[in-house]
Amino acid sequence: MLEIRSIAAIRGDHLLFEDLSFTVAEGEAVALTGRNGAGKTTLLRMIAGLTPLASGAVLWAGADALADPSAHHARLAYLGHQDAVKPGLTVSENLRHWTGGVRASRDARIQAALEQVDLLDLADIPARMLSAGQKRRLAIGRLCLRQAALWLLDEPVTGLDTASIARFGAMIARHRAEGGMVIAATHQDLPMAEGRSVRLS
Amino acid sequence: MMVIAARLLGREMRLSFRHGADSLAVLLFFVLAASLFPLGIGPEPALLGKIAPGAIWIAALLAALLPLDRLFGADYEDGSLDQLLLQGLPPALLALIKALSHWLFAGLPLVVMAMPVALMLNLPRSALAPLELSLVLGSMTLSLLGTTGAALVIGARRGGVLLPLLVLPLATPVLIFGTAAAGAAQTGVATRPALLLLGAFLCLAVILCPLAAGAAAKAAAE
Repeated sequence: MLEIRSIAAIRGDHLLFEDLSFTVAEGEAVALTGRNGAGKTTLLRMIAGLTPLASGAVLWAGADALADPSAHHARLAYLGHQDAVKPGLTVSENLRHWTGGVRASRDARIQAALEQVDLLDLADIPARMLSAGQKRRLAIGRLCLRQAALWLLDEPVTGLDTASIARFGAMIARHRAEGGMVIAATHQDLPMAEGRSVRLS
Repeated sequence: MMVIAARLLGREMRLSFRHGADSLAVLLFFVLAASLFPLGIGPEPALLGKIAPGAIWIAALLAALLPLDRLFGADYEDGSLDQLLLQGLPPALLALIKALSHWLFAGLPLVVMAMPVALMLNLPRSALAPLELSLVLGSMTLSLLGTTGAALVIGARRGGVLLPLLVLPLATPVLIFGTAAAGAAQTGVATRPALLLLGAFLCLAVILCPLAAGAAAKAAAE
């Protein structure tokens, strides 16, 4: 279980939010809402361990999650609002660098990930040929490469068409059914069944 | 952890191979800059032989700066830096791998290219080996210093302009002892002290630079 305990965020000398607490249990999804600049991205980056906390704590199964960055990073997958797609590499090469293992199992995992985001037909073309929505799908495909328990999603469906959003919804449902957790910052309605929402203000 | 590090090095190398023109640009810049010296100073063989170590070193130093701008810049702009930091790799190791890839695709080609350029500038045969040795040691130190500079300017608006201002002053000791090694061979003095000092710089840089660069990259991602 992930517990956010009374954390605060400061940008410059401006207090974004303070005393924010919530928990995410296995199989649970939380949508972060709030106006532009409310600190949704900052909160996600804090949970990921990229941005230091101004105060408070992030607890994983009761222990300080950020004390051991390597272990914390191994259990989370972060989808930022940039896609981290290298235009010079092919679609499948873009995924190859984020997954290890022996060649056969790695290739199988990449194929499965591409299938989930419906990019299998484009696996061997350079990523610079992809449209914005397709690049987004490729970034989403990175989520399925690792068995990360916690998905941190920053505006995950920006640029996606309705069919892709529905497919992404199914991915999230499957992830949750396997006991995964999701925290997503969003303005749009996410295809998440029975999710809670936390409002930043 | 080593598996992730090896995978990251593979990524860096694949990206550099795809952008092979970048390495080529470094080499062409090096040759062009070095060939400006005979044009500017005059083609007298004895004079050229005398300034050859310095000319080669200065040209190599400037050429090695060229790809630094993109070393972290590209990853920062497209969001890859976040993903790299979330791989479970210590930032210092990430920086060390970046420095290694810079050396493999800029430093090492420069060391090789220095041989024909030394011939062009009439460097005495006896000074070639010390010059090459000093370039191997010095270029590794430059890659490490350059990586630190590149990490410090991540996200800066005019990072490409700022970088040489940061790195060049730090690189002066390397330049001084690099040219001293080859110069000593020309005048018949022992080259060993200068090379040993270059080795000492490398030892210091390989420990300190990744730590500084890693911390800077992590701070930039905040």
